[in-house]
This record gives sequence, structure tokens and C-alpha cells, in this order.
Amino acid sequence: MSELSGHVAIVTGGASGIGAATVRLLAEAGASVVVADIQPAAKDAPGRFVKHDVASEESWKGLLAEVLDRDGRLDILVNNAGITGGWGTIETTTVEQWRRIEAVDSEGVFLGCKYAIEGMKKTGPHKPASKGSIVNVSSVAALVGSAGPTAYCAAKGAVRLLSKSVALYCAEKKYGIRCNSVHPGGVDTPIFNPLWQALGHEQGRAMLGAHHPIGDMAEPEDLGELILWLASDRAAFVTGAEFVADGGLTSGLSRRNFFGTR
Amino acid sequence: MVLLSGGASGIGAATARLVVREGGKAVVADRDEAKGRALAEELGKAALFVPLDVTDEPAWQKAVAATVETFGGLHGLLNAAGVGVRNSIEDCSLEDYRRVNDVNSMGTFLGCKHAIPAMAKTIREKGGAGSIVNISSVLGLRGASYAMAYCASKGAVRSLTKNVALHCAQMKYGIRCNSVHPGYIDTPMIAPRLSATVDNMSGRQWLEELHPLGRLGQAEEVANMILFLLSDESGFSTGSEFVCDGGLTA
Repeated sequence: MSELSGHVAIVTGGASGIGAATVRLLAEAGASVVVADIQPAAKDAPGRFVKHDVASEESWKGLLAEVLDRDGRLDILVNNAGITGGWGTIETTTVEQWRRIEAVDSEGVFLGCKYAIEGMKKTGPHKPASKGSIVNVSSVAALVGSAGPTAYCAAKGAVRLLSKSVALYCAEKKYGIRCNSVHPGGVDTPIFNPLWQALGHEQGRAMLGAHHPIGDMAEPEDLGELILWLASDRAAFVTGAEFVADGGLTSGLSRRNFFGTR
Repeated sequence: MVLLSGGASGIGAATARLVVREGGKAVVADRDEAKGRALAEELGKAALFVPLDVTDEPAWQKAVAATVETFGGLHGLLNAAGVGVRNSIEDCSLEDYRRVNDVNSMGTFLGCKHAIPAMAKTIREKGGAGSIVNISSVLGLRGASYAMAYCASKGAVRSLTKNVALHCAQMKYGIRCNSVHPGYIDTPMIAPRLSATVDNMSGRQWLEELHPLGRLGQAEEVANMILFLLSDESGFSTGSEFVCDGGLTA
């Protein structure tokens, strides 16, 4: 029996990037994985694809109903879907852009936690209780102001604190549900497609990689491994905490600089 | 010349009084017209009231324009308007979540967005330095099970502040931006909680005991920290978190 046999997981944004790597690792660990994404998953990708818009409350209700109906339980939610929404600064970001980024990156995570908790509580009492782990993908942009566009920094800052509130609430209620945030630095995923198109993939990755003390960007699997650990019972005492995987980006002063500064 | 959102009451009003006492001009911007006008009248010629709903972008543009027109420029911005709402992840609706984030987080974004060009212009033409102070909270540093949406909105303000600080530094505008993280302050925002009963204690006693100093903070105590951040005395501080919480997060 594999570690996550009998576990059911939802990964939002599971069709690409960190999400797709997480889906693969959770599936390899034995979990039944639901790939919830607005874009279709690759044909040979593991997991069961369900079309899902994280910014829509109706879509969340439908997703949870479908998963509980087909899989009978929910143990793991990875709120991974996110957008950067371009490179707006405090002076150029419009209210419309702000609201769109807020809807996906902040409200999407809020709705995910809310409906996942409801779903995890429904698992049992006639079945083994859900182990309940929610992993919210925030960003180093929540920690340092240079690592993202303005609205993205704000939304990821919201996710950082929301995760702690959810963790404390579930602990107080003795739901057995944990909640943590993950803060990636630069990861080689399609979120950087505009940059790859402008510079070429190799050159773009070398440029962004050079900002990280470790000298390279992360692979999606680097983050997937961290998320897998947080999702599993090996992290049973871990809740309300922040997990940074950023190649040293936010660890201190380095000869290599942050994004966007000289 | 300081523009203060939420300037009619609590931390905003205490700061407006302090700014005027120290020889500055205060523009009291608030949704509460009666209170705002009364305070501006009390403060005399050094103060002006402008109506402001912080979620309304044109209202921000008008408030900034009125400040520049009346006092000839803008050097300081205090984003103090905020709503305190109790809700958990289970009982918060999407509407509640959006409302709290709109006022606390988007309101701060809009304030920074529209003050920065006016501040940069003032500094270019008249000299001096600019400073933005955003009121976050200890709940922007620590989670609270009973204030999920509020925590999210104040976490957003904390991260937004650093982004604004670095943008202004990079553009060499001469504008600094910092966040202030008060504990529970004896202001109208928490009045409903003081009279409630928690764990067989009065709400006031419960909140007082959260703080190692054993009491609530006073608006003037936070205003003193804000004045320091608005002034050139804090000239090398930007993108930082300033905590005023009676030891709560220690």
C-alpha cells in the first residue's frame, strides 16, 4: 500500500506548472487526484480532469459535489491556481486588473478553503475520518515587495495570512484539518510564458535564475515535493506555517539581487 | 500636507490632531461627513474635510486634487480607513470577503496609486520628502481564527506596502512607504467587541489580557508612531513593519 492510498486530492491549476508536478507526485504516492483547471490537462497526464474556475463560487460548489459523489471523500486540497496578471506597478495597475487578480489569487483560495472544509467534514462518520490537509500556494511576492506586480503581491499577502486563520480555526474546532502556505521563488512554469516568448526559454531562465543565490530557477517538481510532504501525514504536526522554497532568494543579502531592482 | 483616510475617528483622527499640533496641514477624508466636518472645524485653518469612500476611485482623485488645491501640495498619506469584521472561514460569504478586502486592501491600493503622482510632483516642484503610512494590524502578522477576511486584507496591506516602497525607491521619487501594525486600540472600530462577553469575561477584559501590557492601546500612542513615520526623522525607513501592540506578538 502506498502512502496516500485511499486519499482523495484536488489540485487547482493542476494542468500545468507546479500543479501538474504535484498531481503526478500525489498520484505516484497512491492518491486519487482530481485535476481542477480552467485549461485542459495533457492527454497522458495522471488524475481525473474536471473543468473548474477557482474565481467562481458556483464552480467550487459543483466541483465539491462531483468529487464527494464520485470519490466519496476529500483529504487534500492544493490551492495552486494563480495568475500574475501582467506587470502592473502601484501607478499603472487599474481597478479592473486589481479585481481580476484578487478574484483568482485571493478569493479563489478563500473559496477553496471554505468548500474543502465543508467537504472534508462530510467525509465520515461512516468512513475513516479525513486527514485533512490544505496547501495554499502563495509566493515570495508575499514576503518581499520586489518579487511581483503590485496586485499579485497584495493577493499573495492575503493568502499568507488567510492560511494562518484557517489553520487556527480548524485546530480550535478539532476538525483534524491542517492548512499551510508555500512560497515559491522563480519556478520554470508557463506563468513565465510571456518572458520566454520575449527572450527565449534558455536565456529567460538564465536571467531569472541568476537572481536566486542558488543560481537557477526551480523545477515544478521541487515545489511538488514540498507540497506532497505537507499534504501527507508526515507533516501531521505542521499547521499555520509558511514554507519557502526559493533558492535562497529571501534569505538575506546576496551578490545576486531580487527581481526588478539593481 | 497630509491626507488621512478614515481621518474622522480613531487612529485617523488622533493623527490629524497631532499633525496640526506639530504645524502640518491635515486633510480629513472620511465617509462620515458629520464627524469629519466637526473635526476639521475644530482644527481650524490647518485642516480640511473631504468626503471619501476609499473603494471609490474618482473620490480618491477628488480628495487628492482638493488637498493640492487647498494646501498647494501633498507630502504625506495615511491609509487608516478600515473595517473590522468578525468571521471565520466557514461563516464568511464571498460578499463579506470582498467587502472587507475592498475597503482595507483595495482602498489602500487606490490611496497609494493616486497620492504618489501628486506627492512626486510636490517634491519635484517644492522640495521636501514624501511618506505613506498604511495601517495594517497585528492580524497582518499573525492569524486569528475569528477574523479570517480581516487577516487576509491586512496581510495584503503588509505585502502591498513593500511593493510600493520599492517602486518609489526605484523611481527615485523621494517617497517612503511603511506599514503600522497596531494591537487592539480603544477606538470606535472595536467598541462592539468591548461590550460582548467572551469566555465569561467582558470583551474589554478579554482583549486587555491578550496584551502583555494588560491594557488596550490608545489612538494617540499609534498616532505618535505614525507621526514619526510621516516625518523626516524616519528618513531611512521604508518598506518596513512598525508594531505598536503592547507586546501582543512578542
